[in-house]
Amino acid sequence: MSGSRAKRGTRGSERGEDRPASSDRHPLFKPLIFVGGIVFGFGLGFSHMARPEVVLNFLQFEDLGLPFVMFGAAIVSGIAFALLPRIRDAAPLTGDRYERRLKPFDRNVLIGGAIFGVGWGLSGICPGAAYASLGTGNVTILWALAGMFLGAYVQGYWRSQNRTAEARTE
Amino acid sequence: MVTDPVLLQTAADLFPNGISRYAVGGLLVGLGTVLIYVGTGIPAGASTFLESTLSYVSDQSRFQQYVGSRDWRLVFTAGIVLGGLAFAATFQSGLVTSPLYEPGSTGQLYEVAGVTLWTTDVQPWRLFGGGILVGIGTRIGKGCTSGHGVCGVGSASRTSLVGVLTFLTVAIGTAQVVAAMGVSP
Repeated sequence: MSGSRAKRGTRGSERGEDRPASSDRHPLFKPLIFVGGIVFGFGLGFSHMARPEVVLNFLQFEDLGLPFVMFGAAIVSGIAFALLPRIRDAAPLTGDRYERRLKPFDRNVLIGGAIFGVGWGLSGICPGAAYASLGTGNVTILWALAGMFLGAYVQGYWRSQNRTAEARTE
Repeated sequence: MVTDPVLLQTAADLFPNGISRYAVGGLLVGLGTVLIYVGTGIPAGASTFLESTLSYVSDQSRFQQYVGSRDWRLVFTAGIVLGGLAFAATFQSGLVTSPLYEPGSTGQLYEVAGVTLWTTDVQPWRLFGGGILVGIGTRIGKGCTSGHGVCGVGSASRTSLVGVLTFLTVAIGTAQVVAAMGVSP
């Protein structure tokens, strides 16, 4: 995310992803995102990854099936990511080029990954699975969603303040 | 096919619910990601939604940078919730069955208007406390199970592979320690 953002200035145009409002977006942009989300959420329900117990059972080595979800999905998307740029240049609904958008590596990937790991190991739920879990009827997961928003707010507030402080000293 | 009884027993121990529901579910998660990528070129992850949605209510610069994508991220998440409900109304309710789908026995089932819904037995303090750390960690670590795990690994991104290895290892350690302390579920 921050990588594509940093490059945006030099590219001189905004990606469909970050383009403000829906002014020049294709009318099918949001419907396609919605359908993609439904398939994505259905898959999380079907795989039981939307159930914290099943994730915890995997992390405790009692049922090793769960990696098939993430790696199965990664293989499918990996095939598409590899093939699409050979078939056509740009996505029809945004005009964005099919390209690898790699996130830059730094210390934060390890620190954030470790914090996420403690949270995932404690709760058995990750963001996408939490949204799907709510759809399967899991009202108790609202505790996790409330926690995620609180955590995202705390780190965002802190980083925004730091950013302002840095800008002032420059 | 494997016919050795010892191997079969080992497989049954390691995979008490088989692998098909995991593999088929994973293929669908991948398909959803691909649908969005084919049409828009966007490799969509789920955790940015947390910050982009906060931009509706907070002026902090960290959230405001996501103003451009907050609307479609809301649509993506609404789709994921509805997809979960569609699963509940079909396979979870027993309306549709398949040899590829193993129902399992976790949590509590309850019925509303003919739809079998499900809720977790995992204690609220674990969900809330873990959720806070998930919210902090995914945003500092630049991605979650979908952004790093599905899109990043699918792109063979070294950053994402390291991210996945980090959170997976730490999560296994954490869950083992919590279980060893006698916390269940």
